[in-house]
Amino acid sequence: MKYSAFSLLSNALTYHQHWRKAWRKPEPKKSYDFIIVGGGGHGLATAYYLAKRYGGRNIAVLEKGWVGGGNTARNTTIIRSNYLLPASAALYNHSVDLWHGLSNDINFNVMFSPRGLLHLAHTVSDLREISRRGSANYVHGVDAEILTPEQVQEWVPFINLHGRYPVLGALLQRRGGVARHDAVAWGFARAADALGVDIIENCEVTGFKIEDNTVIGVETTRGAIAANKRVGVVPAGHAGVLAEMAGFRLPIETVPLQAFVSEPLAPVLDCVVMSNTVHAYISQSDKGELVIGGGSDPYNSYSQRGSFDQIEHVAGPIIELYPIFSRVNILRQWGGITDITPDRSPILSATPVKELFFNCGWGTGGFKATPGSGSAFAETLALGHAGTLAAPYALSRFVNGDLVDEAAAAAVAH
Amino acid sequence: MLIIKCPWCGERTQTEFSYHGEAHIVRPQAPDELSDEQWADYLFFRKNPKGIHYERWLHAAGCRRFFNMARHTVSGEIYATYRFDEQKPIIE
Repeated sequence: MKYSAFSLLSNALTYHQHWRKAWRKPEPKKSYDFIIVGGGGHGLATAYYLAKRYGGRNIAVLEKGWVGGGNTARNTTIIRSNYLLPASAALYNHSVDLWHGLSNDINFNVMFSPRGLLHLAHTVSDLREISRRGSANYVHGVDAEILTPEQVQEWVPFINLHGRYPVLGALLQRRGGVARHDAVAWGFARAADALGVDIIENCEVTGFKIEDNTVIGVETTRGAIAANKRVGVVPAGHAGVLAEMAGFRLPIETVPLQAFVSEPLAPVLDCVVMSNTVHAYISQSDKGELVIGGGSDPYNSYSQRGSFDQIEHVAGPIIELYPIFSRVNILRQWGGITDITPDRSPILSATPVKELFFNCGWGTGGFKATPGSGSAFAETLALGHAGTLAAPYALSRFVNGDLVDEAAAAAVAH
Repeated sequence: MLIIKCPWCGERTQTEFSYHGEAHIVRPQAPDELSDEQWADYLFFRKNPKGIHYERWLHAAGCRRFFNMARHTVSGEIYATYRFDEQKPIIE
C-alpha cells in the first residue's frame, strides 16, 4: 500500500482498521543470494539499494533483536557532511544528497529537516579549524559558511557569547539538520520488504560457515542459512565480535556514547548546534525535547550504559552556553556502543575471507551516513569489490598507510 | 563510575585515571625487519573483547604512574590491577 494523503483519508474513514503491516515477518529460507547481517539503518539501506539499484534478488537481512533497536535508535539524529577530506566529503555528501529526496524515494516520512547546523568555535585554534574545514568544504562542493558571533546570535538568540566558552564564530552547513531515526529504520525496512527482501528479526548470527577461505553461509539462532553469492556484515558496536567469528581482527575499539533528552518544550531552538571543543551538541526534536549528546566514554566497553562523569561533562557546557536551559528537566538518558577506528573513518571493505564484506567502524557518527553507506555498500556487494565511494575505506588502508584521517583533521565531533 | 585500585595509591574514582588501551603489546624488537602487515598489526589492530580485557591505565591526577588492569567490558567488574613488573593474572 502506497502511503499518501488519499490512503490516510480512506483509512481514517474506515477507523484505521485496514492498515497493512509495514513489513512481513517471514521465516528464514534455507538459502539466499545475499545475506546482510544487521538490521539497523545501514543494513536495511544496504538491502534496499541492493534490490533497487543493483537488481539484487533473494536478499535476507538478519537482525538479532528488532529492526532499528540498536544504535539506529540511540543516536542524536544529526545529519551533516562538512568533513575535511575528499573521500569523506564524497561519501557523506552523497548521503546528504540522498537524505534530501529520501522520504519520497522510500514513501515513508523520515521527517528529514535540513534546518541548518552550526559548529561553534570557542578558541582561536577552533576558528582556524573551521575556516580550514569550511574552505575544504567549499572546494569539495559541500555548502559551508563562516558566521560571526553576531550572526550566531541571530540563529540562537539566547546563546551566551561571552561565558566560560566564548563564541568566536561558527561554521554553518545549511543543508545539515536532523531526521527521525526510528522512521529511517522503519522506512527502509518497509521499502526493502516491498522489493522482496526478507527481514528476519530475532535472528542472531552465531557463526560463519567458511570453506576454502570463502564464506558459504551463516549459523544463526534460527538455524543455518546458506549464502549463494555474498555476505555483508553491517554491525554497529559488535564488529569486532563478528570479525572474531570469521577468524580475523579489525582495527576497532568499542566504547559507549551517551545522549539524553529533556522534557518537551515549546519551540525554542530551530537549528543544530555542535561544539567540538567542549563536546556538547544540542537540537530540539519536533516533539519539543532537547536532544543532547556529548563525548564518548574514555575506555573500551560494551555496556550500552556509559559512565556518569560523562553526563556532567556534557551538562556543564550546555548550561554554560545556554543558561536558559539550566532548569530544564532531563527525562531520559541512554548509551549506545560505538566502533571506533584509528582514523575515525568507517570500514567498507572486503575482508580476509572471500565473499565476506564488512561495513562497520562508523564510530560516533554513523546515523548521518545511513543512506550513503547503504548505497555505497550495496554497490560493493553487487560488484564483489568496492565501488568509487567505498574504495578509500578498505581495510587495507591500515596496512598501506592510506588513512582517511578525520581524527587528525580535528572533526572530532559527529 | 568505576572505583579503581591504583597499585600505589589504593582505591580512587575513575575520573582520576586516564585510559591507554590494550596492555601487553610488545614493541617490535627488530623494527627494520617488520612487514607492512606486522606494522599495521602493532600500530592499529587491537583485541576488542566482549569480556575480559587487559588494559593500561595511568593514575593521571594522582601518582602519575602506569599500571595494568583486568576488567570485564560488559559488567565493568575489575578483577585485578597490577604493576608492569608483575605477572599478568589469569582470570577464569
